[in-house]
Amino acid sequence: MNYEIKLDIFEGPLDLLLYLIRKNEIDIYNIPIALITEQYLEYLDIMRSLNLDLAGEYLVLAATLIHIKSRLLLPPVEGEEEGEEGEDPRTELVRQLLEYQTFKEAALSLEGRPLLDRDVFTRGAPAEEPAAEEQEEDAMIEVGVFELVQAFREIVSRLDHSEDMAIDTEKMSLTDRINEIMERLTEAKELSFSDLLGERTDRKRIIYTFLAILELMKLRVVRAYQLGPFGVIRLFLAVEG
Amino acid sequence: MKEKTTILEALIFASEIPLTPDRAAEIMPDTEKREIVTLLGELVRQYEVRGGGICLAEVAGGYQFRTRQDLAPWIRKLKAARPAMLSPAALETLAVIAYRQPLVKSEIDRIRGVDASGALKGLLEKKLVRIVGRKDVPGKPIIYGTTKKFLEVFNLKDLSELPTLRELKDLQNDGGEQQE
Repeated sequence: MNYEIKLDIFEGPLDLLLYLIRKNEIDIYNIPIALITEQYLEYLDIMRSLNLDLAGEYLVLAATLIHIKSRLLLPPVEGEEEGEEGEDPRTELVRQLLEYQTFKEAALSLEGRPLLDRDVFTRGAPAEEPAAEEQEEDAMIEVGVFELVQAFREIVSRLDHSEDMAIDTEKMSLTDRINEIMERLTEAKELSFSDLLGERTDRKRIIYTFLAILELMKLRVVRAYQLGPFGVIRLFLAVEG
Repeated sequence: MKEKTTILEALIFASEIPLTPDRAAEIMPDTEKREIVTLLGELVRQYEVRGGGICLAEVAGGYQFRTRQDLAPWIRKLKAARPAMLSPAALETLAVIAYRQPLVKSEIDRIRGVDASGALKGLLEKKLVRIVGRKDVPGKPIIYGTTKKFLEVFNLKDLSELPTLRELKDLQNDGGEQQE
């Protein structure tokens, strides 16, 4: 499912920082920045030496730590006061850490709940194994944006050119279209582009439908397959295999 | 057992999804919703008192029979399938969404300090999270929220059943173990 390699247990730079704070038994409200920065950078070195693709976020936090350290070293600027006797440069970081820690706790408490299909079960639901479907999919080609654009063009070209240019007051929202498509796909399992358009094929509806499909494909909630070259493009819900 | 309670019990048994009092009231037009809620509460207690392998759980605004938690090892053997577990990243992301919804992805990224795209995608696919709308700011970012399925999977009556963030904070300060 996830292709990224994670060093040990760290879910990100904040997680690593929290780990260091806990390991050193440090008061989170009074972080010795020099010590923590040093250890943090050591960990980054380890990660790099293991050839792990270091996420940019780790470097951003490293920069933040060094910035805070340098600000702590500077004598307070007299005269030009920022806030009341200058804010502790660590405040923002501490606030962020505490917030993250709270949500880590929230995640643990969620995981500790009696989870459906792990701890509690409902009455014998059919096993979700659509084995037959998979064979069928072999014959299909997953399509990209270009094929979709082609299909879009075809449908637009079929439009009655005498379409009125009246400004209609009916507001169509992309969100509504997305939700409608999701609903219909959940029901029907698979639909073609023209199925989705339905009877009313005015330009606006086509465009909104097209945009909605692109958005859903981008989010990888929906997959588009084509039955052979130039075949009908069909849309499926992207369900985990 | 009263006649109406037995009907409710049968309805819950036959229903594929948690039976809501509203749905039950539709089916039993002679009974007021208030009474149905009371009867359902009674039924929950009856199952508790009986102490059998099945509980009547209140989830996602409805009622559903579920096996007792401590019997899980047996059922897992029966199902012979590993339960699909969420990764820590997915759980964290889900927690942020559950507590801060409705919210945009950048907010999730900010709180977790990492890009949440992958975790978010998984949660959308598992239908634990859904698109609620779009924020009216430049770029019209997508707003996310949790689904009914989230409540079902996490055995929640509604969102208010989650411990508050304050309670979770206090838990940290006590340095205590996380509660069940």
